Amino acid sequence: MATILAVENLRVHFFLDQGLVRAVDGVSFTLEEGKTLGIVGESGSGKSVIGQSILRIVPPPGQIVEGNILFQHQENGATTQIDLAQLDPWGKKARSIRGREIAMIFQEPMNSFSPVHTVGNQIIEALRLHQDVSAAEARNRGIEMLGRVGIPQPELRIDAYPYELSGGMRQRAMIAMALVCNPRILIADEPTTALDVTIQAQILELLRSLQEEFRMAILFISHNLGVIAEISHEVMVVYFGRVMERATVSEIFKAPLHPYTKALLESVPGIDTPVRTHLATIEGTLPDPHMYIRGCPFFGRCGECEGNTVCRDEPYELTWVAEDHYVACPRICVPM
Amino acid sequence: MLTYIIRRIFIMIPTLIAISVISFIIIELPPGDFLTAYTAELSMSGEAIDQVELESLKKRFGLDEPLYMRYLLWAWNFLHGDFGHSFEWNKPVRDLIGERLAMSVTISTCTLLFTWLVSVPIGIYSAVRQYSWVDHFLTFIGFIGLATPNFLFALVLLWVSYAYLGMNVGGLFSPEYSEAPWDLAKVLDLLKHLWIPVVIVGTAHTAKFIRIIRGNLLDELKKPYVTTARAKGLPETRLILKYPVRVAINPLVSTIGWTLPELISGIAITAVVLNLPTTGPLLLRALMSQDMQLAGTFIMFLSALTVLGTLISDILLAWVDPRIRYEAREVK
Repeated sequence: MATILAVENLRVHFFLDQGLVRAVDGVSFTLEEGKTLGIVGESGSGKSVIGQSILRIVPPPGQIVEGNILFQHQENGATTQIDLAQLDPWGKKARSIRGREIAMIFQEPMNSFSPVHTVGNQIIEALRLHQDVSAAEARNRGIEMLGRVGIPQPELRIDAYPYELSGGMRQRAMIAMALVCNPRILIADEPTTALDVTIQAQILELLRSLQEEFRMAILFISHNLGVIAEISHEVMVVYFGRVMERATVSEIFKAPLHPYTKALLESVPGIDTPVRTHLATIEGTLPDPHMYIRGCPFFGRCGECEGNTVCRDEPYELTWVAEDHYVACPRICVPM
Repeated sequence: MLTYIIRRIFIMIPTLIAISVISFIIIELPPGDFLTAYTAELSMSGEAIDQVELESLKKRFGLDEPLYMRYLLWAWNFLHGDFGHSFEWNKPVRDLIGERLAMSVTISTCTLLFTWLVSVPIGIYSAVRQYSWVDHFLTFIGFIGLATPNFLFALVLLWVSYAYLGMNVGGLFSPEYSEAPWDLAKVLDLLKHLWIPVVIVGTAHTAKFIRIIRGNLLDELKKPYVTTARAKGLPETRLILKYPVRVAINPLVSTIGWTLPELISGIAITAVVLNLPTTGPLLLRALMSQDMQLAGTFIMFLSALTVLGTLISDILLAWVDPRIRYEAREVK
């Protein structure tokens, strides 16, 4: 398997009036061709910012302050490695990669299309921006793509406004728009969160079959462990802007090592969970985002470190523990 | 879309009838009529009152008829293009208002265009570069414009241009052109004078519109669809103009309807100060002397313009925002 994207020690900071927020704090991972990497984490853990950094659309005052985003860029048949983190985010190069080689779909199908333009207008725009095709041909490709994502009567739907489509249809149209230029990486930022469960399953199925068809890599961001288990090959657990654990999907779900991963998994209700019992929850909340924690940010909520402040104060790194399995837990990584 | 427009045009008809009845009643509300005012004026200046002449005038203008008959007569003639006769000026109303109405409409339209041309780019810039010093500066200027009464601004401008620039900016024409027939030179002369009322009346609205566009655009810029467009790789300028601006200018379009009458009444005061040959000052006088047919015609035309403005803004709005078209279709 060829690596298509390698993120190394990425740090994204938001320079707010109230202070510095380290939204992404030293994240590294690789994305393989044709595979799906699931990023799971709570709200505010920085998982969306990772996706935005790759596309270079981090909203101000956020800035990539450190790290590399090495992308195997293809142009005119030749492959070169470029560091996306070094590009001018509004420059021509970054724009030519955005939407063409790396595309993104979003959480809210409701608001992710402009309400006053037709779906077709927005899909065709994406295509004509990156490829030199005539208006008529672009329209045909748009219709074809809408058909491919399972929208009935695509030749009519292409002229529909977003409010004329249901939530599921809109998310399908969104996927069609993202895939119309045949990207090599698709970043899916909570694409099923706003949908009900049956539609969720359909969209996941669709993404999986499209992945086989187009052989693209998917970076799937979600807080929903069930969805992550369904679609990912590899899973990365993030917390407070840092990677806590990274492993193949079966390892993460069968043999989690990090206390945070374990706690997350315990809080998911299973089919055999007795009804009317309290769900297991993780005590406490995320630390104050303005805080800088040298050691483990999960300290204080963790059930295993028993108040050992060494965890909080000692720096540690994401450490190899087994094949394709990395953990960042001071108790495991730092010899005490 | 076409049925929508046709339906809207049909709705205009009862609106206009209602306006005509109400404005007629309001004009007739004060006791007496033009002849009472006329007699009072004559007796004050000590002139003899010719009862025969009074009677003939009364008959001629139908002043002895009951109220509803007078209304029907007036409305009937109005529909046939006969707007009646001004008592005070002793001239057909048509001759009196024609050019003035055209001037009012010209100034309003120019003001509206001026307002848009200035406020839209500034509003967009202020929103995109929020809290930059240019934004602060423009906001400051905008608030001054908003807070300055038109007549005061007109007086200041008159004084400055007369005292320092040696220009006489009152009126809409230089003296040598005011009675001249229309030709290119007269149009150029008009343009030379037109900008002053346009700027004076436009400033307050410009400031208001800048605030509206800035506020709306700031909301829209945070919407997910902007991020989507950005993720497509669109250049930023094209993106902003195509997506959020399109949504943010909605209120501008939808307010054409009531901006027009506001501009016309705004011009009235400025027109008195600047001595402009527009409808404002004439209407004021006609109302004071109960010159019914003149005043009524004015009000009818201004109302018709307002209703027309609303129609135009509704059509434009349906064109700009497809969601409105959709609702119109659902109602049916």
